[in-house]
Amino acid sequence: MNLRRVRAIARKEIIQVWRDPRSLMIVLLMPLMQMALLGYGVNLDIKHVPICVFDREGSQQSQSLMKAFQASPYFQIVEADRDYEAVKRAIDGGRCKMAVVVPPDFSQDLAATNSASVQTILDATDDNTANIARGYAQAVVETFSNDVQTQRLQSMGQQQPNPPAVAEYRVWFNEDLESRDFVIPGIVAMVLALVGAQLTSLTISREWERGTMEVLVSTPVTRMELMAGKILPYFFIGMLDAALCLTIAVFWFEAPFRGAVLTLFVTTSLFLVVVLGVGYFISASIRSQVGASQIALLVTMLPTTLLSGFAFPIDQMPPPVQAVTYLVHSRYYVTILKAIFLKGSGLSDLVWPIAALAAYALVVGILASRAFRKTLG
Amino acid sequence: MSDAPAGEIRIIADHLTKRFGDFVAVNEVSFEARRGEIIGFLGLNGAGKSTTIRILCGLLRPSGGRAEVAGFDVARYPERVRENIGYMSQKFSLYGDLSVMENLRFFGGVYGVKGARLAERLKFAIEMAGLEGRSDTLVADLSGGWKQRLALGCAVLHEPAILFLDEPTSGVDPESRRRFWDLIYALADEGVCVVITTHYMDEAEYCNRIALINGGRLAALGSPGELKRSAIHGQILLVEGDNPGAMLEALDGAPAVRDVAPFGSSLHIVVDDAVRDLPAIKALLAERGLSWSLIEPIKPTLEDVFVQLVAGDGVHGAAP
Repeated sequence: MNLRRVRAIARKEIIQVWRDPRSLMIVLLMPLMQMALLGYGVNLDIKHVPICVFDREGSQQSQSLMKAFQASPYFQIVEADRDYEAVKRAIDGGRCKMAVVVPPDFSQDLAATNSASVQTILDATDDNTANIARGYAQAVVETFSNDVQTQRLQSMGQQQPNPPAVAEYRVWFNEDLESRDFVIPGIVAMVLALVGAQLTSLTISREWERGTMEVLVSTPVTRMELMAGKILPYFFIGMLDAALCLTIAVFWFEAPFRGAVLTLFVTTSLFLVVVLGVGYFISASIRSQVGASQIALLVTMLPTTLLSGFAFPIDQMPPPVQAVTYLVHSRYYVTILKAIFLKGSGLSDLVWPIAALAAYALVVGILASRAFRKTLG
Repeated sequence: MSDAPAGEIRIIADHLTKRFGDFVAVNEVSFEARRGEIIGFLGLNGAGKSTTIRILCGLLRPSGGRAEVAGFDVARYPERVRENIGYMSQKFSLYGDLSVMENLRFFGGVYGVKGARLAERLKFAIEMAGLEGRSDTLVADLSGGWKQRLALGCAVLHEPAILFLDEPTSGVDPESRRRFWDLIYALADEGVCVVITTHYMDEAEYCNRIALINGGRLAALGSPGELKRSAIHGQILLVEGDNPGAMLEALDGAPAVRDVAPFGSSLHIVVDDAVRDLPAIKALLAERGLSWSLIEPIKPTLEDVFVQLVAGDGVHGAAP
């Protein structure tokens, strides 16, 4: 490998990116836009679920329960109905996701059994939201009946009975259970996968389309020199983009960062080599710029969105799909990033995903260097 | 071979063949080219000129036969071949978004030219292209002739022993073509072996030797003079008149006429003996009521050779 030739190609590539508005946009604007779109767009938290209430009792206690729902950050009462017809219309019309119906014997029941029961009607077209809303509703009602019981015992001058054993939860790594905290590192991985593949996907096909490749292949440049010279500049650009995305993740979206920058640097470099290699492989295999760009988008976007585990947990997928995720490069980087961000993992904790990425880089490198043929036709 | 310079052999093609599926693009082409020689490949589009050049540059693998360029087998040592050649493709092949100097530096880099030699070669290439003071101009902003000369400058930056030029002057104005040929002569004088494809007949005349390619085969090989002497049996009469189409029809197959072909708005007739056959031809045209403004014997051109050898007897009805 002749470094002089690698340098000549790398320098030319940098000049071309700098002078090409389309490339500059991919380099600078695309990661910014994607970070903003995905960072704000992907929110798996459920808050302010619109609900309607149908109070069939109209007692002081039923009103207190309504107030408890109103006070919960998870719900927002959007209407109060007077009959089941109205409740049905509210849910059918999509105005609310859940209806809370207080039965006519609510306070009586509460006094007699120390436990209140209400009816909840859920719009389960989005089953995830419905499930979580049901859980929150249950919690609101339980807290309410406990409070009522405690108050009554106190008013009767009795000592509060020993509460039954309660499991206390302690949440590690994402203490607030904020979905954004674990989604943001995943989004960084996704943006880098997309941008990285785009960066190199044009680099070979552009030369074929413009006719410059015909002369380039007539020079003594070897396949390895060409690959190195083409990937090297985009590696630095990619690292710049990575720094940009990670900065936005930490300082704008306030994702907790507990790991070491060095760990981040090493793993991000490795991941970039993989994604740039994928883009180069596509570019060398497909001789049209548009085709290469589209394929690069397709093969990185879909698997990264669905199978990297950035938003959809891999261990909840059916086993055959789980098996497929092992082929998705971003899966490993998402794992690594989440671990570094939330757990503060170091290199030694991440041996296995790093090894997987390294193996990936090797295979992609071999495929990419072979994909380019120094012959025509 | 009498006109060929007797330098050392730089290119050997031996029964070189290239097939694309069932199509034989290059069919058993054999020739040699020497140091300081300009050899022109002349033929119709699709005749196999470019394919032959691409095989010799190591860009295509031959399907049969073998070729040596600068002493290296093109199929086995393409990289060694590439170190010794310069290549200008049919398509314009410099980077339009790079400046003149950036292009030159890039090719200097990939050809491994460095240090003082690089500085000297850059200066040479700029002067050769006539681009002094414009080294920061983007190549996309240059006009055709400049681009062509700069592309040549890039191709010879590493002082290759052999230069392959695939239709380098297509789409360039005559003045630029003339300047381009001056450069090619200068390079050949320094010993570069130049292989050039063209479909301009006048350009072919500038070559030391011409390889006439037809349907993938080497139809003839020799100096322009040799080709004219060997291909044309007889003499050429130039006929100009108001109605060349009718004259072509009248003369085609007439007793004294061995062959007739349109050349622009005039006709070229091949006869055995111009002085002897001229009256008969004039009589024939007069008989048909066709008037002519000029009939005179001329020296055969390469185009006549081309028509005789390549178009063969398919000339009848060929588009003027």
